Amino acid sequence: MSSTDLKPDAEPRTVAAGTTTAGSDVADLGAGLDALETQTAQRTSVREVLLGKVLPPVIAVVLVLLLWQGAYAAHLKRPDLLPSPLDVWNSLHQLWLQGTILSTIWTSLSRGILGFLVSVVIGTPIGLLVARVKPVRAAIGPILSGLQSIPSVAWVPAAVIWFGLSNATIYAVVLLGAVPSIANGLVAGIDQVQPLYLRAGRTLGASGLRGVWHVLLPAALPGYVAGLKQGWAFSWRSLMAAELIASSPALGLGLGAQLEFARENLDMPGVLATIILILVVGIGIEMLVFNPIERHVLRSRGLLTARR
Amino acid sequence: MTALLTSTSTEGQTAPVVDTAVRLDHVTKSFGRAAAAHVVLDDISLNVAPGEFVCLLGASGCGKSTLLNLVADLDQPTSGTIDVPAGRTALMFQEHALFPWLTAGQNIELALRLRGVPRSERRPEAQRLLELVRLGGAHGKRIHELSGGMRQRVAMARALAQDAKVLLMDEPFAALDAITRDVLHEELVQIWEATGISVLFVTHNVREAVRLAQRVVLLSSRPGRIAQEWAIDLPQPRRIESAGVADLAVEITDKLRGEIRRHVQH
Repeated sequence: MSSTDLKPDAEPRTVAAGTTTAGSDVADLGAGLDALETQTAQRTSVREVLLGKVLPPVIAVVLVLLLWQGAYAAHLKRPDLLPSPLDVWNSLHQLWLQGTILSTIWTSLSRGILGFLVSVVIGTPIGLLVARVKPVRAAIGPILSGLQSIPSVAWVPAAVIWFGLSNATIYAVVLLGAVPSIANGLVAGIDQVQPLYLRAGRTLGASGLRGVWHVLLPAALPGYVAGLKQGWAFSWRSLMAAELIASSPALGLGLGAQLEFARENLDMPGVLATIILILVVGIGIEMLVFNPIERHVLRSRGLLTARR
Repeated sequence: MTALLTSTSTEGQTAPVVDTAVRLDHVTKSFGRAAAAHVVLDDISLNVAPGEFVCLLGASGCGKSTLLNLVADLDQPTSGTIDVPAGRTALMFQEHALFPWLTAGQNIELALRLRGVPRSERRPEAQRLLELVRLGGAHGKRIHELSGGMRQRVAMARALAQDAKVLLMDEPFAALDAITRDVLHEELVQIWEATGISVLFVTHNVREAVRLAQRVVLLSSRPGRIAQEWAIDLPQPRRIESAGVADLAVEITDKLRGEIRRHVQH
């Protein structure tokens, strides 16, 4: 029954399709193609995020704690040399009760942030110059990347001689650590820009400074953000090296000084607790500030595809 | 070879300056130092009339893209002169070359901004151009969210945003599938008819050239020289699979193959 119902309906339709004029036909055809080729983005569910992103690191941390506890229980070292995780936790708790822990963290963190920001202000124009001006690149390009391989600690003695035990010493070490890293990140970002974008920019009339502003810098942004992230890691590391060595009551108590203080008291739980704090602050800033920025930059360009 | 030229610019009488959108006069382009210079384009003379649609056809090594770069002022000829009395040119590439850090609409607005269009007029003008390429709803879409055909349509809208009198197209549809390409051919012809822009379209696809152009210019390879020209008077809209297009494509393909075969004997 149904087939006979359809037949008379179907035939005139094919005839009509053959005689329609091209104008609206191509619009419909194009719209159909667009609909076929457009993919709907799927958001990952909370459960998938928990299983895929949160659970693995939690398991890793638990495993490390178990191994640590096992080593402690097996008396591999004397308890004052190898405290248990619980001892370290108690030490952290003690620091919390003393009420100074937040101000200690803030002392270091504010230095790290200020040093990082100044490094960005200095490193960005240096990176631009090295990337775009050939003689400058030939002159200081190799030095700039070489500077990255010098451990920040190596600068501390020089900085102490120049500036004494002052904040200037600490900031000098942070800058020497972070500026090359940020500048190199920008150079790498600019080097990776597709020449096609620059050509397209020039045909649109973006040359000179307008080309830098509208095409070169935005195109280099992913590399620049990666450089900033690395620059933060260098700032934080250099800061700890500086605080550890150039510690003085006049400078205020940062995490590095607290670490040195615990060492002088042979307080192994205190040393480990401080190391954990340094780690948590460093990773925390990276995860809360830099990773979201990086993800946003990459995702908006379609460079970050969700893995199934 | 130039003896085979079939001239088509009969309508312009003898007022050559006014009736030309692009004029190439004995243009030669070589790369490398004088001794080991490698000639890419050899003595090319070509006029494109205002509103004319010309396809440059050739196999690899004929210097098609080099020629477009010269007309777009991205490169300078070794000798000869290039005139674009119509003013500025817009260039479309095989890759869409849209900026991935901007949305589709912002790409077009940037072109408008660089042309000096005031801020308040950019948004409505970008919307108008997007609707012209049937992407009225795509203003806020990121480039990676668009299909290949949609990207090339946005690129076309961006090129049109430059308000150029000459649109240079460097194999813009070569990377698209056949069905999408067919639709874009139709749209390009509609836009060309609606805007009256001159088009200089480079391709290695003979049927594409015959489907689109009013005049097909065949370039020989290494060095690139003008081998022959065909005026195409088939009415638009044409279909790429129609007999008229196919017949002429066979003739041009034979000539193109002949040009390619010449390289075996050398």
